[in-house]
Amino acid sequence: MKTKERGLMAIAALLLGFVFLVPIWSIDMDAPQYPEGIGMKISVNKIEGKSKNDLQNINGLNHYIGMKEITPESIPELKIMPWIFIFLIVSGLGIAVWGNRTALLVWIILFVLFAIAGLIDFYIWGYDYGHNLNNDAAIKIPGMTYQPPLIGTKQLLNITASSWPGIGFYVSLISMGLASYAFWSSKPSS
Amino acid sequence: MEPKTKSTQFLWWSLPLIVILAFTLYGCPSQQNLSGSGDAAQKVYVAPGEHDEFYGMFSGGYSGQMTVYGLPSGRHLYTIPVFSQAPVNGYGYSEETKPMLQTTYGFIPWDDAHHPEMSQTDGVPDGRWIFINANNTPRVARIDFSNFQTAEIIEIPNAAGNHASPFVTTNTEYISAATRFSIPMDEESLENQDVSISSYAENFKGTLTFIKIGDEGEMSIDFQILVPGFNYDLSHAGKGPSEDWSFFTTYNSEEAHTLLEVNASRNDKDFIAAVNWRKAAELVANGAGREISAPHYRNYMDHSEQRAKSELIETVKVLDPTEYPGIIYYLPTPKSPHGVDVDPSGQYIVAGGKLSSVLPVHSFEKMIQAIENEDYEGEVDGIPVLNYDSVIHAEVENAGIGTLHTEFDGNGFAYTTAFISSEIVKWSLDTFEVVDRIDTYYSPGHLMIPGGDSRQPEGKYLVALNKITKDRYLPTGPELFHSAQLIDISGDKMQLLLDFPTDGEPHYAQAIAADIVKEGQIRFYELENNNHPDAVKSESETRVERDGNEVHVYMTTIRSHFTPDNIEGIKVGDKVYFHVTNLEQDWDVPHGFAILGARTAELLIMPGETRTMVWEPQKPGVFPFYCTDFCSALHQEMQGYARVSPADSDVPVLFGTGS
Repeated sequence: MKTKERGLMAIAALLLGFVFLVPIWSIDMDAPQYPEGIGMKISVNKIEGKSKNDLQNINGLNHYIGMKEITPESIPELKIMPWIFIFLIVSGLGIAVWGNRTALLVWIILFVLFAIAGLIDFYIWGYDYGHNLNNDAAIKIPGMTYQPPLIGTKQLLNITASSWPGIGFYVSLISMGLASYAFWSSKPSS
Repeated sequence: MEPKTKSTQFLWWSLPLIVILAFTLYGCPSQQNLSGSGDAAQKVYVAPGEHDEFYGMFSGGYSGQMTVYGLPSGRHLYTIPVFSQAPVNGYGYSEETKPMLQTTYGFIPWDDAHHPEMSQTDGVPDGRWIFINANNTPRVARIDFSNFQTAEIIEIPNAAGNHASPFVTTNTEYISAATRFSIPMDEESLENQDVSISSYAENFKGTLTFIKIGDEGEMSIDFQILVPGFNYDLSHAGKGPSEDWSFFTTYNSEEAHTLLEVNASRNDKDFIAAVNWRKAAELVANGAGREISAPHYRNYMDHSEQRAKSELIETVKVLDPTEYPGIIYYLPTPKSPHGVDVDPSGQYIVAGGKLSSVLPVHSFEKMIQAIENEDYEGEVDGIPVLNYDSVIHAEVENAGIGTLHTEFDGNGFAYTTAFISSEIVKWSLDTFEVVDRIDTYYSPGHLMIPGGDSRQPEGKYLVALNKITKDRYLPTGPELFHSAQLIDISGDKMQLLLDFPTDGEPHYAQAIAADIVKEGQIRFYELENNNHPDAVKSESETRVERDGNEVHVYMTTIRSHFTPDNIEGIKVGDKVYFHVTNLEQDWDVPHGFAILGARTAELLIMPGETRTMVWEPQKPGVFPFYCTDFCSALHQEMQGYARVSPADSDVPVLFGTGS
């Protein structure tokens, strides 16, 4: 790897620092009674309402259909994910210094695997929230489940739920792209 | 003869046409109103979901409240409970709000509210607070624009009929308040005296009160000026060059005490009292005046604890103007003047010459000149009376009959209501001649232009606040809401746009651009900042405690249940306090609370708020309580039961939600 690729790799690693500042995913809910909107921002280390009390109000709405309360403290992934990203940043910088192309490939593969695992994990949580409903719920509609879409928009009773990647996700993609470009560009000219 | 016959024939032929034309052009008044009504409808149309351009803050008159209307649509947006109990939300009934209505006469559930007056900065309404007077039991209230709730009410001692009130100085340094009724006052203590009413001229006095406004809006009486026993009717502070002065109209300079309609209308001239409040305030700050015992209440909303508190203030400072020359002068003014209004430049002082054939306009500059020259035509009880001819600037001719109040458009014109001729008259501040007039329906009292009494009027709309309604709307029996008319004043000719009924008996109103107020609105109260001593912030803290024969229920509401919703162990003879905290933290999710047989109003509890109802059950049984505000799809399920056992029973205190 030449200086250019090393530099790119260092940038790719440092870019990941942004995920601590901006959400990686966002869920918006739209209903007639919420003209100003209501929603959640999911970051690597926390889940927050778009406005101050949105999470509490989403939980309040969800209790009618018997959905479990979303309590960020009880989600272990929010404690693990920051360490994964710290690992990627530190090891990425290490690779930039070391300049080993094979290590870079391993780094990229790990990153992709983490991302896929994350999406699967997110899907499982969504499935659990949407299907594992309290039998004492006030509103029970036979056959109806409330799993939010992994990505895209879905009508759930009176609520249109939209789930889209956040800035953190796109930053990660750019980081992944830069690393891949560094890998490709450092191919030894035979 | 031939031509004559011809012309007669022609006349006969054209008669029907003339009749039709006459009907079209001079038909019934309602047809006149409709001229150009398509255009008018467009001007007042605020599409569904759109917001009005102005908040119109109308006094409720004898409803004791303040009503909020959107302008130009005339839509009734809200009613702010101020001086009267409001069963609609428990104001004046709940333990948290009862202290607001405390006076030295005891708890008073009603008053008569006349003049909303917005706080100003540099002579322009700033959207912080709006003040309003209680006429009957003298008080001034301050309403906070951030939540449209009454934040404070101060009682005014040594006063009766707080009509000339509350009028704000340029930077809201002071609110002035003057007595409509003079009363017999003890020379030393100013206490109301048990004397013969016929001793009026000898014993009766009035006061002009100056209430200081603190940085957070808190009100305190800084001083009172003792004045001759006339009726002080209305007031306005000066602005610009005249900002150190306040002006008060007087009538009954005859000092009549019976049949005032005749006996107080004899003099050709009464007075406008010009008070140099700046000078008086400086005197008081430097120790002038005497402090007398004058207990009065200041009731205020403790925002941290979210409940009103009353404090008794023991004294006020009184200034006798004869001891401090230069703080008050009388300007002779024709025939029982009613309103006194100062133009945006602060140069002209317009009096509503109620019984006068002309509208007198005094000049501030001339007034100062006359004071400097000691150009007096006499004095009343030691107060100099300036020479009328020296202070009068113009007499507007043909300004209608029964002129009462004037506001300004900021474009060089003044608009005056004429009660008897039922019209609004537009006149020029340059030529002092009438330029336009428009009928109102019927008999306007005050009128209002947004910012119309400030340095920067927004001369787009004018609202006539009429005293007589009669046939304007679908009749509702003998008692009718008062009528208001919205008039477009943006052009040369005034145009009637909209006619709308107003709740109660509005006297005066003020309006402010919606943008100034809209953004700062509180949507709900933060639960974490609720420091009410009886608040419970989660369902796990809810409980029922017995203390002798008092039972305290610490209850929460959240969609769609009460916690606890089953309560036992209450006995006949107990005094049960329901302290209800609304745990919701979202906009527009109040919950209500009412219980069978409670001799009080419901509680309407805003998100994050705590409100308390006292219930004294009269007989054993199980008493349902429920949420009165349709809060959710499961609102009808939001209910509970309180069991009441005989006084001598030993049913243990039990509570919960069964989970």
